[in-house]
Amino acid sequence: MSPYLVGREKVREFARATSSTSSLALDPEAARAAGFADVVAPPTFAIVVQEHTLQQLLSEPDAGIDFSRVVHGDQRFAYTRPIVAGDELTATLTVASVKSLGGHSMVTAESVMVDGAGDHVVTAISTLVVRGDE
Amino acid sequence: MSALEVGQVVAEKTYTLTRDSLVRYAGASGDFNPIHYRDDVAASVGLPGVLAHGMLTMGTAVQPVVAWLESADGPGIGAWVTDYQVRFTRPVLVDPETGADVTVVAKVGQLDADAKTARVDLTVTFGGETVLGKAQVRVAWA
Repeated sequence: MSPYLVGREKVREFARATSSTSSLALDPEAARAAGFADVVAPPTFAIVVQEHTLQQLLSEPDAGIDFSRVVHGDQRFAYTRPIVAGDELTATLTVASVKSLGGHSMVTAESVMVDGAGDHVVTAISTLVVRGDE
Repeated sequence: MSALEVGQVVAEKTYTLTRDSLVRYAGASGDFNPIHYRDDVAASVGLPGVLAHGMLTMGTAVQPVVAWLESADGPGIGAWVTDYQVRFTRPVLVDPETGADVTVVAKVGQLDADAKTARVDLTVTFGGETVLGKAQVRVAWA
């Protein structure tokens, strides 16, 4: 799987879409003045990279997941450092657990994202609830 | 910069999420699940209407904290969000005309002044009910 290249305009687009007023996320000059190479992504930006990884996994014909039955249960992001435009992130997705609960399945997936040097940037943990037939 | 205390409200803000916000977020995030923009699809899976992406609510709810961290009232230089988690407890139904008002109150839940870290707890409500559970933002500064 090729790395996800974090683009400046993608970061700004995502920041605006989540009502950010952060000058570090929106203004490259402000980000540089604060010591970053480029704009700093908002705290939930890692979901874009995870979404990208999940799409590849879930579009496999044998995944057998009906998206209209998938509900997001919970989400967490644990960072070692913020994501900055220019980062090349590689995500490794693992299914940490699958539990059955009253006809529903709860899937906990973990994406560990590292930068071009192989250093940890963020781990995104998602619990998805797949509703059974009612 | 002022001394932080547990229980202190560091940010409070109301956002109006409209159908425009959902379309914008779909494009920005790559999440094109049609339950977030098509009433007919939402109805066909038994939903009362188009819902905001949980991740839009999560992403928006942290912004008052980010603004506080970058402000002169923030806890310190280089303050940033090291960890952020939520549980999606109730959907946010977005009316096609009036949207949905989502209110965020951010309060210091835990503080370690020596380690220069804090946990900020978010109370996120829509229509008087909480929509995110265990919404915790961990922050650190230099």
